Amino acid sequence: MPFANTLRTIRLALKSLMLHKLRSGLTMLGIVFGVFSVIAMLAIGEGASAQAQQQVLALGATNIIVVTVKPPADSQQSAGGGSSRGGSRGFSVPQYGLLRADYDLMTKTIPTITGAVRMREIVSEARYLQRILNVRLVGSTTEYMEMNHLQLLQGRFLSDEDETDMTNVAVLGAETAATLFPFEDPLGQTIQIRTHRYKVVGVMRSRTASAAIGGSLSGQDFNKDIYIPLSTFRVRIGDVVFTRLSGTFMSEEVQLNQITLKVKDRSDVVPTSEVVRESLRRTHGTKADYDIIVPLELLKQADQIKQIFNIVLGSIAAISLLVGGIGIMNIMLATVTERTREIGIRRALGARQRDIIEQFLTETIVLSGSGGLIGILLGLMTPLAFQGIKSVVQNFILEGASEVSQMGKMFTEMEPRIAWWSLPVAFGISVGIGIIFGIYPAQAAAKLDPIEALRHE
Amino acid sequence: MHAARLIDLTKFYHLGDNIVRALRGVSADFPVGDFVAIMGASGSGKSTLLNLLGALDRPTSGHYVLSGYDVGKLNDDELSEIRNRLIGFIFQSYNLIPQYTVLENIQVPLHYRCDRRTIGPAEVNRCLDLAGKVGLSDRLDHRPFQLSGGQQQRVAIARALINDPEIILADEPTGNLDSVTEKEIMDLLTGLNREGRTIIMVTHETSVAKRARHQIVMKDGLIASEGMFNHDTETK
Repeated sequence: MPFANTLRTIRLALKSLMLHKLRSGLTMLGIVFGVFSVIAMLAIGEGASAQAQQQVLALGATNIIVVTVKPPADSQQSAGGGSSRGGSRGFSVPQYGLLRADYDLMTKTIPTITGAVRMREIVSEARYLQRILNVRLVGSTTEYMEMNHLQLLQGRFLSDEDETDMTNVAVLGAETAATLFPFEDPLGQTIQIRTHRYKVVGVMRSRTASAAIGGSLSGQDFNKDIYIPLSTFRVRIGDVVFTRLSGTFMSEEVQLNQITLKVKDRSDVVPTSEVVRESLRRTHGTKADYDIIVPLELLKQADQIKQIFNIVLGSIAAISLLVGGIGIMNIMLATVTERTREIGIRRALGARQRDIIEQFLTETIVLSGSGGLIGILLGLMTPLAFQGIKSVVQNFILEGASEVSQMGKMFTEMEPRIAWWSLPVAFGISVGIGIIFGIYPAQAAAKLDPIEALRHE
Repeated sequence: MHAARLIDLTKFYHLGDNIVRALRGVSADFPVGDFVAIMGASGSGKSTLLNLLGALDRPTSGHYVLSGYDVGKLNDDELSEIRNRLIGFIFQSYNLIPQYTVLENIQVPLHYRCDRRTIGPAEVNRCLDLAGKVGLSDRLDHRPFQLSGGQQQRVAIARALINDPEIILADEPTGNLDSVTEKEIMDLLTGLNREGRTIIMVTHETSVAKRARHQIVMKDGLIASEGMFNHDTETK
């Protein structure tokens, strides 16, 4: 019945530890907080990476996103563009970005592409009655909704007929609708964008923002959007856009801002993206006015970042565990000195050296192990504690800030996720610490000379 | 039939450059059922002798034969086994384990048995019997600090008996007790001797020594005299 003996050893160890409740408790605290911080750090790391993955997945794992990027100024000049003052006729407008020809070429020549959506966007003012709002005006086709995982709240999205007929219709993002139509039903109303009027045919459901991708106007916050048919965009607004920025005019000519390509299978994503890259290099040459984003690759990067995160955070937490372990060793050494006489008694009554080692090692392991259990219980409350931190951050740092940073947004939307594997691992580590830091004091106890030990006062 | 034999036992200690000859050749026989008191001034070598008899130490030369084992030739683990199985210790300051109850203290030697460490109902019953024998049946759940000195020494006596040892070694068993309690403890020890237990007792009090069957007086690491005076056995 070795099991019964082990139980008895543990029970007697508890008895010895209970002799100094405060001391044992304080010693345990080191391990408690060490284990707690391991679990909490991993939970926060896990939560952050889950959030990142979710955002990447929202971009679509089987998608390849090609976006227009404004090239650096020097290459713009080499492309023939010079930003001259408005007013003098004959100035050339810088032209860059994806072309309608790119879209035609890619969809016709690459067989693995099963779907494609063109998109053109500008920041513009939208107006209803006296209410004015800066929105992201998006010209696109009916597939845009599905490709971006958007959901309708009421009405309909853009249809194929809208595209062919170039109708003046608009679909509003959730926030846009709420701001322009705080009281009215937006459906059927007419809004004004620049000099044209559009009839509202649909409103989107509110959606959490997804990761900002290079070249996009904003961090893909779909709630402040207005969607109109791409053909309508071309005829009403055109490729050349003038913007007035603090007294100077800026003008640029862009045909398309984004082409989202969809392939059938995840395994097609990387090879297809290579073909797309090659095809664009031929038409655009060295002009760096586009970028290819592969969410699947981002996903892999996110995985990598998660692992790095886990290791870094885990190491920080491990330091606190180490400190806890040293504390335990310290106390156990003091305990051995204090209980020298007891060791002498036990040796006189027949305890072998290894019995003494077993006794003190058990005491250390019981101490660190129960510290580990309490730490795990605390760790399970991480989400609660994080909620508290969040509300503090929201109330004192983000409150009143007109523009919430990307980081702040990420933080407030992040939910810590307890990594279940971390619980047994943390417990194992705490027991391991008991063994590592307990073995030396236990050996010191066992090596005492029984006669000297018995004489110890 | 000898419980223990000492044959020309010596023990030297090195203290810096000096050699302290604590025992300089001690020979003695302790037959089964003996009750001997070892006396002597401090520095006479009686503590050294007691450590050797208790298998806590090995002699420099000579032999200590306990129940057929030559203790001087055993390693540390084997010495532990000898102490556990063949020797029952009774100390001047009782030496109970403070965080354990009376019952648990009596059980401690059972934890270190080499063959069977499990404490089952038979072992618990034996502990209860011994506690009854020393008159502590109603104090089983008390901790040492809740007991008087006499009571603590009774617990120690029960603990010394739990593994049915070959010899009982008592080191000044009444040194910390008043005369009334001293008599009680000595009555208990003589009772045990009468049952056939071999007891070797170190003391410097003549009144206590007189209750043994015979006395050995140590001086300068040697046995100075042996005698049988005034012992109060029933056979007088």
